[in-house]
Amino acid sequence: MKDNAILVVVARFLIPLMMLFGLYVQFHGEYSPGGGFQAGVLFAAGWILFVFIYGLETGLRIIPERVIYALACLGVLLYGLIGLLGSLLGGHYLDFSVLLPAPRAAQQAGIILVELGVGITVASVVMLFFLLFARRRAEAEAEGLPLVDPLDEDESRREPRP
Amino acid sequence: MTRLVELMPFIVLLPLLAGPVCALLPGRRLPWLLAVAATAGAFIIAATTLAGVMDGTTLRYAFGNWPPPIGIEYRVDAANALVALLITGVATILLPWAAPTVDAEVPERQGVFYALFLIAMAGLLGITLTGDVFNVFVFLEISSLATYGLIAHGRDRRALLAAFRYLIMGTVGATFLLIGIAFLYILTGSLNMVDLAERLPGVSDSRALQVALGFIVVGLAIKLALFPLHHWLPNAYTYAPTLITAFLAATATKVALYVMLRVVFDVFGPAYSFAALPLASALMVLAIAGMFAGSWLAILQENLKRMLAYSSVAQVGYMVLGVSLVSVAGLGAAFLHLFNHGLMKAALFASVGIVAYQAGSVRIQDLQGIGRQMPWTLTAFALAGLSLIGVPPTAGFISKWVLISAALDAGQAWLVVLILITSLMALVYIARVVETAWLRPRPADAPAVNEAAWWLLGPVWLLVAANFYFGLDTRLTLGGATAAAEALAGGALGVGR
Amino acid sequence: MTFLSFFNYWAVIVLMMIGYYCVIVRGNMIKKIIGLGIFQTSVFILFISAGKVIGGSTPVLRDGVEVYSNPLPHVLILTAIVVGIATTALGLALTVRIHEAYGSIDDDAIDAAEAQEPQ
Repeated sequence: MKDNAILVVVARFLIPLMMLFGLYVQFHGEYSPGGGFQAGVLFAAGWILFVFIYGLETGLRIIPERVIYALACLGVLLYGLIGLLGSLLGGHYLDFSVLLPAPRAAQQAGIILVELGVGITVASVVMLFFLLFARRRAEAEAEGLPLVDPLDEDESRREPRP
Repeated sequence: MTRLVELMPFIVLLPLLAGPVCALLPGRRLPWLLAVAATAGAFIIAATTLAGVMDGTTLRYAFGNWPPPIGIEYRVDAANALVALLITGVATILLPWAAPTVDAEVPERQGVFYALFLIAMAGLLGITLTGDVFNVFVFLEISSLATYGLIAHGRDRRALLAAFRYLIMGTVGATFLLIGIAFLYILTGSLNMVDLAERLPGVSDSRALQVALGFIVVGLAIKLALFPLHHWLPNAYTYAPTLITAFLAATATKVALYVMLRVVFDVFGPAYSFAALPLASALMVLAIAGMFAGSWLAILQENLKRMLAYSSVAQVGYMVLGVSLVSVAGLGAAFLHLFNHGLMKAALFASVGIVAYQAGSVRIQDLQGIGRQMPWTLTAFALAGLSLIGVPPTAGFISKWVLISAALDAGQAWLVVLILITSLMALVYIARVVETAWLRPRPADAPAVNEAAWWLLGPVWLLVAANFYFGLDTRLTLGGATAAAEALAGGALGVGR
Repeated sequence: MTFLSFFNYWAVIVLMMIGYYCVIVRGNMIKKIIGLGIFQTSVFILFISAGKVIGGSTPVLRDGVEVYSNPLPHVLILTAIVVGIATTALGLALTVRIHEAYGSIDDDAIDAAEAQEPQ
């Protein structure tokens, strides 16, 4: 769709704003509504809009599939390791007050880092969902599998093949 | 003791953290090694934890140092620790065994497969250890989602269908649980199990509480595969990869049963649960129906894995029958059978897994005369089958013996007859396999089959040996089950008999 | 007026029944997943509406506000929503694979064909 001037202009205007808003929601989550889940979805939505306009290949040139996959795992690990740090420093698991000398700052630092892990994982998992579903149709076409509209009553009621 | 409390949550955290690392590791051996290491570590911690709580102490661990009921806490007594030991123990024995079968069944992306396995196990362990009802829901969904993915790894295309149907049933069950939790939260404003147990008597005249109990019991009954909500189980067990079938059969339904007992006996309290709803009679009727229907359907099956799956439905019936007696002895029998059945089903499914790996088929008619070609495997199957039937000196015999004496104590002598009849039905379906495998001649056109290698046989025989060991030395199992029953309901039902 | 004061519960019940009916009755797997989504969402609404305190403000700490709504149900349901997304994605992924393997996504039709196959 990158030939359509209106779409390209609107997308160029919107995508940075979406990602910026995602980051805002991410880093204000510790004392106002927000946090990793919402921010991750917003950020991924920006990438998905980019893919809609410029195509999947361009989208994957910015962030390759292996990187998305690795980030999904690393985000969880960031969460887990911050929690573990609390345990290693003498507190309980996910205990942030031992991270820094000042308890308030420590709680803030802990929750920001943990939510960063959540945000990274959610963003990359949503991108993976989109990527895998979007690519599957091309893969199925390449393998010569039958394509039908699943919501078409007549088509979906077809007899299964043996 | 303080060190044990600090260590206890790592039963869940070790596999949970190893999962994402596993998904990043390339190749076949590295993810497997990490999975084995994490499982073994969790097993060692679970064993030390059980040893620490056998005397009736309760370990409490508040996450993030937020005191409950604000924060989430893990609360471990003998009941949780016994179930955690079963899960980690079975996984520790099965994982080293399963590497060649996984190579055959999941040739690609084994890192993801082992990661899902670790996360499914962490989910089951999380359900077991947590003291927060919403946390139960979250871990239930974590383990369920991983399980659906694992079942879909089966080679047969029907594995996809089994996974999809399990997903629909399982999500409905989990959502029912969530409805129940929502009612509890609306009524009391708390999610911590201990806190709930203190607050619920204040609202015990509310009909919403009855509804909450009903939703939670039905939701968990789906996960538990209690007859007639067992429909997802046979297909899921039949088409899942070998390792997953053996692991799920030994653990997944047991964890659901444990949560049901925890909620019914600990959160609501038996005095309320069994008076507000006709739970005792309903559970008894369904348990007996499940025992008969499961055994009968098992006799009719042509597929060995499916036969054992239906037998699981019947065995769930025994456990629920113990619960429906509403006595400490009955609850102890349920816990004992929960543990012993995990052992015997793991052994049975593992030996069937070897048959599938070596012979490529699990249809009973394809197994004619195979006993002479694979004597060690089929002997293991027959011995584990004896435990399933309940022949002394096996663990299965102890389970049935304790269940029968609990039934006699409760003045329900007629149950003994039913238990004996269904045991005879188990004899029929096990004997049919043994007869086909040993007494029929091998057809001339049947493909040649070799005995499995020692590293495949070793863990299976270890499980068989455990079945006999716990039939002779009942200190751990019977002692653990009694401690578990008393931890759950000792105060409410009166210790002892 | 008791009817209106329990408005949220009526909404939940209606949605719940629509979703559950859809899960049970529909053979089309995608419609089953849609029904499952509606069913789950109804429970989310049940949970969240319990957190509303009449006259309470949004739970963000600021001057001049005394009564806040209860933020805990929102946080809990956020987790449940994520679980719901994962369930939906997994269900749809399985549907795609089933469609590739069977050429149909009708549960009943596949079931009927399956009954004739050997186990």
